[in-house]
Amino acid sequence: MAEKIAARTEALTENPFHYCPGCAHGIIHRLVAETIEELGVREKTVGVASVGCSVFAYNYFNMDMQQAAHGRAPAVATGIKRVLPDNFVFTYQGDGDLAAIGTAEIVHAAARGENITVIFVNNTTYGMTGGQSAPTTILGQKTTTTPYGRDPHVNGYPMGVSEMLSTLGGVAHVSRVSIYSPAQVNRAKRAIKKAFEVQREKKGFSFVEVLASCPTNWRMTPQDALKWIEEKMLPIYPLGEFKTAAEEGK
Amino acid sequence: MAKVLMGGNEALAEAALRAGCRHFFGYPITPQSEIPEYLAKKMPQLDGVYLQAESEIAAINMVYGAAGAGVRVFTASSGPGISLMSEGISYIAGAELPCVIVNIMRGGPGLGNIAPSQADYNQATKGIGHGDFHLIVLAPNSVQEMADLTMLAFQLAEEYRNPAMILSDGLLGQMMEPVEFNENPPKEKDKPWATRGAKGRDPNIINRLLIEAEALQKHNLKLQEKYQLIKETQCRCESYLAEDADILLAAFGSCSRMAKSAVEMARSRGIKAGLVRPITLWPFPEKEVAEAAKGAKACLVTEMNEGQMLLDIRLALKGRIPIHFLGKSGGIIPTPGEILEEIERIEVNLRG
Amino acid sequence: MHHELIIAGFGGQGIMFAGQLLTYTGMMEDRHVSYIPSYGPEMRGGTANCSVVISEKEIGSPIVTDPGILVTLNQPAFDKFAPTVKDGGLIIYNSTLINGELPGEDVETLAVPASKIADELGNPRITNMVMLGALIKKTQMVSLETILDSLEKVLPEHRHNLIPLNKQALEAGMEYTEDKL
Repeated sequence: MAEKIAARTEALTENPFHYCPGCAHGIIHRLVAETIEELGVREKTVGVASVGCSVFAYNYFNMDMQQAAHGRAPAVATGIKRVLPDNFVFTYQGDGDLAAIGTAEIVHAAARGENITVIFVNNTTYGMTGGQSAPTTILGQKTTTTPYGRDPHVNGYPMGVSEMLSTLGGVAHVSRVSIYSPAQVNRAKRAIKKAFEVQREKKGFSFVEVLASCPTNWRMTPQDALKWIEEKMLPIYPLGEFKTAAEEGK
Repeated sequence: MAKVLMGGNEALAEAALRAGCRHFFGYPITPQSEIPEYLAKKMPQLDGVYLQAESEIAAINMVYGAAGAGVRVFTASSGPGISLMSEGISYIAGAELPCVIVNIMRGGPGLGNIAPSQADYNQATKGIGHGDFHLIVLAPNSVQEMADLTMLAFQLAEEYRNPAMILSDGLLGQMMEPVEFNENPPKEKDKPWATRGAKGRDPNIINRLLIEAEALQKHNLKLQEKYQLIKETQCRCESYLAEDADILLAAFGSCSRMAKSAVEMARSRGIKAGLVRPITLWPFPEKEVAEAAKGAKACLVTEMNEGQMLLDIRLALKGRIPIHFLGKSGGIIPTPGEILEEIERIEVNLRG
Repeated sequence: MHHELIIAGFGGQGIMFAGQLLTYTGMMEDRHVSYIPSYGPEMRGGTANCSVVISEKEIGSPIVTDPGILVTLNQPAFDKFAPTVKDGGLIIYNSTLINGELPGEDVETLAVPASKIADELGNPRITNMVMLGALIKKTQMVSLETILDSLEKVLPEHRHNLIPLNKQALEAGMEYTEDKL
């Protein structure tokens, strides 16, 4: 009989992901789910799915979930957390949801220091609606609504959400990570775990931005898409920990 | 319990607290600000949550989250803020979450003004947001009813897992009258569907995305069945001197108070006037209105808008008798004297 | 009995307080009561007014448009509301500040030098209570005893030291009116 050396985390359901081949959501779902399992808090976690490709997240996370209106996940999470201050509450949001229509909600949840964890998946585009430009689309990047490339005079500049939120008083943890290599995936996992630990310690708002690939809308192979994160996104969105209240060595 | 003299908005807020509600999410707007101000003071003393959100959009979505987590929760606003909430209200109705939404109406459209108005009748009763849904809409006409109907709103919201609205206005919000609080507020129902952590059970999902057409239609039909049940069992209506009335007035909320005075003035002049007052605006008490109008020769609808409930009265009376309308808008309140003049005009016509 | 009143004057003359106190007293005497503060553009116009209804029967309109009784503390309020008083109605006015000339309506008037009386008692802020004293003496709408009970309920605890002064003012208004009856 073969020895079992790897298994699906019990914090994910057995539903197969609907995501495109090479999409980063599957990896990031797994990192979040594993973290919740490792912390032993699956039965006291309520997740909030947003609008975008991850709208079906409630089909995959094996825990209580609420699905929020476009951009409103931090407000919904606030409502849940204020009712259940001892439970774990997280949102899982994309860049259109969080950085465009939901800008007010994310900024104010952060400024209030809501003791929730936000997983922000930045793939520079509106994936679900067909690859339109997002606030995080980089200059020159072609999307279906910036067919000549993002022009700052017409479309403005890409938004550094981690940089912005880390200036706010209520924020306890902000880091930006990626998944373009196995080493980066491991780092992303550590950052997500740290964010949940900050929530466990009731230190305030925790935020992890994950730079992710969208090969379908970027019109690339999965491998090229990962290379594109490293080459094109990192200069604009540097990785690192912008702020943390987590105790060192934990 | 002894009567206390209270303003309408304060009485409403106190009734919510006495109904066991410990979560309020809102945003300031005139003329409802006495509600959040009252709760900002009281909630911390009761270990409750008062949270001033960054917008009405955020506030209603906080209500969605808290309602999904299984507690009594409410919000209050006025016209412009309710418009901003409409997306969230549609989600709440779709996800079948119980909550109470208060609209202390002001003059519209747009920013309008802060004077009392009933211009949001259509918004409240005809589907406040996108999709096929209904709110339960209750219209108080006294400070006492601001308290009583708020408690009822929590009860109905939980019984039917549906958002309920108190549709009131700045006049009722600001006026003071004696109020006696119900000492037996409605008991809170069990909420096994709430998302409070999937401990020892399968996960609960609060969701209103149904991508398959058949699944969504099935859900819509289930909602319609629920609405039908509410229509059959929850219509509330009051009539005053309607039995022998030749001229039946129809009015709701604060406007019904002026109409009642006008009826009394008409009676003292020998004109047989009466009044029917819908208390639930959705479900609209069609049968009760038709019954009240059975012997009437004419109907006069009076509202603080340009004719919104008027359409529901027309549907209820099915063209049987002539229906007249007296509306005031922009914050103007029809006086009993003005309503009486209209009654007298109709009376002269009836005599031919 | 059924009384519809408007109480009107400057903001700061205790108009709203007098209205609320009278309403509260009516409730204590088991009447139907309603009170509405001025609501609308006149809120910013320098005058303050409120509608009070005290009745033996359920109250229809809480808004008073043609009062049976007008209690007015300053000239602009008098000029604005005196013409709205019903035929056969009553106007009680603060004659220290108001020249009470009427354009010849069929209304009874009672001139009370309330500001002067209040000054003599040492506090111009109790003018409203002098007027209220005159009102209850003239109309017997509610009793002094109940007003005094109500004061204890309506005034916050830390203001209870003002009750004796308010009582003095009410009594002074009543005494002045008794001589005029």
